[in-house]
This record gives sequence, C-alpha cells and structure tokens, in this order.
Amino acid sequence: MNFSEVFKQTNQLCKVSPDGKYLATCVQYRLVVRDVSTLQILQLYTCLDQVSHMEWSSDSLFILCAMYNRGLVQVWSLEQPDWHCKIDEGSIGLVSSRWSPDGRHILNTTEFHLRVTVWSLCTKAVSYIKYPKACQKGIDFSRDGRYMALAERRDCKDYVCVFVCDDWHLLRHFETETQDLAGLEWSPNGCVLAVWDSCLEYMVLLYSLDGRLLSTYSAYEWSLGVKSVSWSPSSQFLAIGSYDEKVRILNHITWKKITQFEHPAIIDNTKATVYKEAEKRPGVGSDEMPLHNITMGATLFNTQSKYEICPLPVQIPVVKPDPDRASPKIGISVLAFSSDSRYLATKNDNMATAVWVWDMQKMSLEAVLEQTSAVRCFQWDPLRPRLALCAGNTKLYLWSPGGCVSVQVPTEGGFQVQSLNWHCSGDSLILLGKEQLCLCYMDTDQEDK
Amino acid sequence: MPESSTVKDVLSSSVECRTSPLRRFSLSSLHRNSLGVFCSEDNVQECLSHISQEVSSFGLPPVWTEPGSGSELNIVAVLNCMYDLIQLHRRGLRTLENMEVEQLKSNSNVDFLQLSTTRLKEQLEISKRENTGLLERERQLQLKVKSLQNCLKNEKEEVQKLQNVIASRASQYNHEMKRKEREFNKLKERLNQLLVDKKEKKQAIDVLNNIGRADGKRSLWKTEKMEAKHEGEMYKTLLSDYDTRQRELQLENAELRKVLQQMKKDMVSILSSRKPAAKGDKHEHSGMQAASEEEDDEAFDSSKESVELYCVHAREKLANSIRLQWRRLKSHVERLDSQVSSAQTGESKSTDAVPRETHEEEMDRLKLEIQQCKDFIQAQQQLLQQQLSSPCDEETASLLSDCYMLQEKERLGDEWKTLEEQRKIFERERRNFTEAAIRLSHERKAFEEDRATWLKHQFLNLSPFSDSKKPSLSKSKSAFLISAETDSSAAVAPEKFIKHRSESPRCVPLTSPSTADLYRTLCLIPEDSSTKPKRKTEHVEESSVFCGNAPVRHKRWDGIQDRTLSQEKNSSI
Repeated sequence: MNFSEVFKQTNQLCKVSPDGKYLATCVQYRLVVRDVSTLQILQLYTCLDQVSHMEWSSDSLFILCAMYNRGLVQVWSLEQPDWHCKIDEGSIGLVSSRWSPDGRHILNTTEFHLRVTVWSLCTKAVSYIKYPKACQKGIDFSRDGRYMALAERRDCKDYVCVFVCDDWHLLRHFETETQDLAGLEWSPNGCVLAVWDSCLEYMVLLYSLDGRLLSTYSAYEWSLGVKSVSWSPSSQFLAIGSYDEKVRILNHITWKKITQFEHPAIIDNTKATVYKEAEKRPGVGSDEMPLHNITMGATLFNTQSKYEICPLPVQIPVVKPDPDRASPKIGISVLAFSSDSRYLATKNDNMATAVWVWDMQKMSLEAVLEQTSAVRCFQWDPLRPRLALCAGNTKLYLWSPGGCVSVQVPTEGGFQVQSLNWHCSGDSLILLGKEQLCLCYMDTDQEDK
Repeated sequence: MPESSTVKDVLSSSVECRTSPLRRFSLSSLHRNSLGVFCSEDNVQECLSHISQEVSSFGLPPVWTEPGSGSELNIVAVLNCMYDLIQLHRRGLRTLENMEVEQLKSNSNVDFLQLSTTRLKEQLEISKRENTGLLERERQLQLKVKSLQNCLKNEKEEVQKLQNVIASRASQYNHEMKRKEREFNKLKERLNQLLVDKKEKKQAIDVLNNIGRADGKRSLWKTEKMEAKHEGEMYKTLLSDYDTRQRELQLENAELRKVLQQMKKDMVSILSSRKPAAKGDKHEHSGMQAASEEEDDEAFDSSKESVELYCVHAREKLANSIRLQWRRLKSHVERLDSQVSSAQTGESKSTDAVPRETHEEEMDRLKLEIQQCKDFIQAQQQLLQQQLSSPCDEETASLLSDCYMLQEKERLGDEWKTLEEQRKIFERERRNFTEAAIRLSHERKAFEEDRATWLKHQFLNLSPFSDSKKPSLSKSKSAFLISAETDSSAAVAPEKFIKHRSESPRCVPLTSPSTADLYRTLCLIPEDSSTKPKRKTEHVEESSVFCGNAPVRHKRWDGIQDRTLSQEKNSSI
C-alpha cells in the first residue's frame, strides 16, 4: 500500500472522473485537475467564488462548479481549457446543481425549491420543472441515465414525476400514498422506483417504471420509521434501515420481508467474528512526557493499532440519544451493499463505533468491527468485496472476508481521515481530511487478521 | 329409701355371705339351723364370742368377755354395740349415697365433656376446612394480583412507550415546523428584498460555443411520435426486465424439478431394492410392485414429463408422487427401525429372520469384495516393487535415477556453454571496442592537431585564390562532418552491433550493412593531410578489424546456433 503526498482541498470537494483518469479537487476558488496515476497538475481553472459543489460530467469531459452563495454555475472543459460556460441564476438563487446523465444538461434547483431549471449546453435552451419537493432525496436518475424521477409537492400532496432524460419529456406523473415523501431511488435495473416516507411514518412504496404501484411495506406504526434505504446492485434486495435499530430486507419477487437484521448491544450466539481495534500505545513514561507529547502533537495521533478477535459475548458501547431532540442519533443511518451483492455493511447511530457486516447469502451476521472512535465513513471497493472505513483519526481500516487490517496514513502533522472514496478501478482510495487529501494505492491483497 | 333397703339387703346378704364361710371354717358347730338363723339356743356361746370378736374387729368395745359373768349378756354393752353398729351402717349408707351421687355427677360430667369434645372436634374440622379454603382463595387472589400487577406494568410500559413515541413525534413535528417557519421567514425576507430591489438580475447562460450532444446525434423535436416512442421504450425496458426475471425463474424451476425427479428416482430405487427383503408382506409387496411399476413407467416418460409438467396438474402430480414416495420411504424406514429394535430384544419372527439373513448375505458379499480388492492391491504392489527393485546396470540405473530431467539437464548444459562462450566473446569485443575508441580518440586528437596546423598553413599561405580553397575548406568541413559522423557512427555502430547481438542472433544481416557503410564512407575521405592516408589505412584497418571480426563472428555465431538447433533436434524425441 502506497500513499501519495498530501494535497490541499476545501469543502471535501475531490472527485475522480468517471473514466478513472483524472482527479479534480477544489482549493478555495480554484479547480485543480490532476492525472490520477502521476498526480501531476494537468489543468487549473479559476472560478469566480468559493466553490460549493463540484461534479464531473458522465463522459469525463466537463466539470461543473457551483457557487451557491453567488447563484453561479461555471462549467469547464478538459479538452478545451479556453472554453467557458457560466450560468447565472440571477436573483432567484441557487440551492443545488447537478449534471444530467448525458453530460449536456445542468439541473439547478433554485432557492426555496421554487423550481428546477434545466439548462442545455447544446442549445442554450431552458426548461423549468415546477413544484419540486425539498426533501432528503428528491431527484434520482436511473443507472442507465434514461429516466429521472423527481418528487413533487403540490396542494399538500406528494407526486412523482418521471422524465425521459433525452428530451425532458414528462413520461409519468402520479400521486404517491405517502404523508410526506422523504426520498426516492431507482433500482439498479431501472424498472422499479422505491419511494419512502419521512420518519414520522414507516412506509415504503414500490412503483414500476410505468407508474403502477407494485407493493407497499410498513413494518410498524407510530414509532419513528425509515432512516435509510439501499438497493442491492443486482436489484434483488431492498434494504430498509429504520430508527428501531433494525434492517429489513425485501425481495424483488414478492416485495415481502425475507429477513431482518438486528443490532443488539450484546452480541452473542452468532458465528460472526468480532474485530476490536486495540491501540498499541507507546509507553508513556514520567510526568514530563505528556507535555512533551502535547507539543509534538503528531505523535499523539499516530498511535499504531491492530485488530483483535474478541470471543463472544461482546458488548458494544451504546450512546443513548437525547430523547427530546428531533432526528435522534439512533437507528440505521448508513447501508451499503458490496458490488457483488454478497455483503451488506450497516451502521447503527447509537453504536457509532461499530460497523456491522452481514452476509446476504447466509442472511446472517458475518463480522462486526469495533473501532476506538466513531466511524465517519465507509465504502465498498467497486470491484471486490473489500470495505474501507475511516474513523476521523489518522488510520485507514480495511475489511475483507479474509480478515481486516488497520493502516496508519503516513503523513506528518496528523492528517485525520474524515471521508474516503474508492477509485472506480478499485486500485486506489482517496482519503479526505478537513483541508487535505491523500491518495492510497493498493497493492495486491495481502491482509492478515 | 328403697335404695337403702336394697342396700341393706345387699349388705345383709353380703354379711351373711361373708360370715357363712367364716362360720364354716372357724365354728363348725355354728351352722344354720333349719330356719337359717345365725344363732340358736345351742351355739349361743360361740355366737357371742364370735360377735364380740367381730365387734372388736370393728373397733368397738367388746360385748362379752369369755369366762366372765356367766352367760348373761351385758345388755347395755350389746345395745351400745348395736347402736354403734347402726351408726356405722348409717354412716356407710350415707357415704355410699354421697359416692353414688358423686359418681352420677362425674358420669354426667364425663358425658357432658364427651359431647363437648365431639362438638369441638367437629367445629375444629369445620374451621380447618374453612381455613384451607380461605388459604386457597388467598393464593388464587395473590396470583390474580400478581398477574394484574404484570398487566399493569405492561400497560404502564406501553403507555410509557407511546408517550415516548408521542414525544419524539412531537419533537419531530416541532423541528419540522421550526424549519418551515425559518424557510418561510427567509422567503418573506427575500420577497421584501425583491420588492425593494430595483435591479432584477435575470437568469442567463453564457457559453463560449455550443457543444455537441453526447451521443453525437441531432436532437429531435418534441412530437407525439416521440412521446409514443418514449412510451414504447419504457415498456420495452419493463418487458425485457420481466423476461429476464421469468427466464431466471424458469431456470430455477427446471433445476428444482430435476432435483425432485432425481429424488423420486432415488427413493423408488431404494424402495424397489427392498423388494426381496419384504417377502413376508406379499400384500405390500404387490402394492409396492404395482407402484414401482407405475414409477418405472413414469421414469420412462421423463422426456414427456419435462414438457407436461408445465401445466398445474402435472406439477401437482409430481409433488404428490414425491410426497407418496417419501411417505412410503418413511414408513419403510420406521418399520426397519422397529424390526431392528425387536431383533435386538431377542424376539424372532419369520419376517425378522429374512432381513437379517439378507443383511448377513450382504455383509459376506461385501467382505469378499474387500478381500478381493485387498489381494488385487497386494499383487499390484508386488509388481511395482519388482519393477523398482529389478537389477539393472549401474549406468542405466544412474541414467534412470534421474531420467525425467536428463534431457533438460543436457539442454541446460549446452545452453550454459554457449552462453559462456558468448559472454567471452562479448568481453573480448568490448575490450576491442574500448581500445578502438581510445585509439580513435587519440587519432582524432592527432588529426585535430594536423588540421589545425594545416589550417594554419593555409591561412599563412593565404592567396588571392581563396575561392578555390573554400570549397576544399567546406569540403574539409563537410568531410570533417562526415568523418565526425563516421567516427561517431563508428563509435556507435559497434554499440549497435553489440546491442543487436544481445537482442537476438537473427539480426546479423542488419549489422553488416552498417560496417559496409562505414568502410565506404571512410574510403570516401580523399583530401585530408598526409597523415590522413595513414589514418585512413588505420581506419581501414580498424574497419577491417571490425569487418574481419564480423564474418568470423558470424561464422561462430551460426555455428553456435546450428549446434543448439541440432541439439534441440536430438533432444526432442
């Protein structure tokens, strides 16, 4: 495993192009495009203000830089650095901006979600979509890029609009049986749309591409409901994580629950392996040492750690959330399927230091990784069943069915990994700190327990 | 007083009874006369003495003294005595009365106490029963209380949970409300700002030049045909998805059906193999035979079945037949189990003997098979040993000991030799080239000096015919260039030579032109100074050295090549 040197970035804006050749980062108001393998700067663009959002087009030829506080979007071309494009939303403001799947249209959501403006870079034409809903996930494109589903709220009722991305023709417009639609997501095969309600009501609705309601699923009433939803890449399973600390799996044939995964505080009676991170502390000597350590801040953060396998029963530390606050920190907030749909990784918010890995073939718990600090982010390798996670410290953790390993990121000044992204080839990882980024190149797998 | 009279009579009779044996024993003379009177005129004395004895025994003063005052009785004494006796008697009667009364009293007391004890016992029984009844009720009530307490606890918990739910929902609603209110306020502010703001910034896009579509096609107008096309595409996508799903399910179904068929066949075969065992149960046997015949027929129709089973009835048929077979197998296994257990307990039935015999037959057969296999293995082992330990020459043994690797080893040895030779050649060449390079550098230096002197001569002998000189100068320059080139090429060529050599043996034809060129170019240097020819010849010599070596090397190289080729030919059998 090799680590590159550390580069600057702001706002966690660092994305690899879809073809995997370039790495774009935003540093203040500048956009830096590097080559992924050599990390040499290929292009440098200057935007008019600090960039809030940056996105590659699907053909890796253009980059969109949105500046929300100025209401501006600038588009840069990789082929022709002289080419420029500036979209000014004017007084209507800008809240979010994204590419369409064909890489030639930009969808801007205005302030207060008044409307969605579709700008065409081919014809400079403009289309408007009215009454978009301001919710957790109101717009989703199907994986083949042909259809877009948009949540609409009109007259206190929820609707779903399905557009054909080719010419933005409204294909279907139907009402949903939700009280307050919180999100929608296409299945990977593009034929089913999952729509879920806000947390006040547990309701998941499944619509076919042509707008027919296929099935509804509601596990219970009254208590807080759905927190996260994820499709398996094979479109066979729909995983629903809820505030009752359980994940329910629906199958694509009957749309009924086939199993549910529970996250108890005391793990017992499973065949799973529990990995616990143990820090190998350097010996702290006399009273003079702590001061010395504080002055050399890096050494404090650079403690090595390794994984130990704990025998069952194991108790996971639980942090009870404040009952008076809204959206309590309890329940399954992150669900991630591996690329072969074999494994599902989950995180329960009141056990923030633990990541649970479930085997979808056996429908049982495969492994639990318990870290010393709260897990910030985890992501599966796009090709292999390998999970990378980070916990806001200087280490990178990897799990695979063969075992797991903890790697110290060798940078000076304590680079704390806040989030990570895999390169589309699965050969490297991009680690993002608060203001820094670092690339990690993987070797051929050599992991030990 | 009838009591007392009867008592008196009793007493008197008792007195009489008492005295009668006394009289009989002590006073034989005193016996009752015909009237039954104690005393008569005969035995007055004896009676008197007797009575005085008795009286004195009562503790009264004596009535009569024996020899004393004649036979005359002291009437006073007798009367006193009689009075005392009467008093005694009276007293006795009285005590008797008292005692009777007391006895009566105690009897009544006893009765009374008995009655009361029985009554109390009954009461005790009753109260005990009541007590147990009450205890029982108390226990039941306590259980009820406990269950009610549990219910209460559950209800309380549920209430608590619902309250929590309500609280969380309320906090969620409040949060949402606040968010909406904040957004509303922002909207109001923005609206105010827009009303106040004179300059309205319009939306605009500024593109340097339009870019083409991603797929390179022209964009089409939005028409109804387009809409229909979109609908069509959408339905196509859905249909293809359903198709793939159906295909997958079909495949799965086919697999499962195959498995079921296989299971059925296995079960049938197992059941049919038990046919000779169940000779006793002809009934079942015939039944099974019939069934197995059915199954055989069905098995033969497997090809037909694969087509037939697509309809619901055929599917059910398969499922039912499997269930039937499974039931049969289960019953059979159960029967076998019971048979085994009964055989173990020692009961011998005709039906038991048969399966046991077959068991034993099977066992014997298997044992025989095992023995045969063992013998076979032994024989093979022996032959193998013979092979290995057969006497052979040492040479052949040494050859055979590593025979697999021999060919490889030979080839390796040869290649190693050739490589060594090549290495030596390269070393020699390198040495030669370095020497040549050194010589060249020396020569160049000398040449430079000569040239410099020549130029000096030229310069010094500058004549008005400088034009004629120029071309020579230029020529010399060009020649210098050429020579420089050739020098460099000469320096480079050997390296190229080496490189080519090291790369592949087949580039021999490539290298030879370069040396020929070198020779040619070197010969082309005409007008240099007197020393030149020497150098030329030296150059030529060198080139000849190069070229001379080359053919030799060629030959050697080819030779090496041929040898390796021939070796390979030999070794590849």
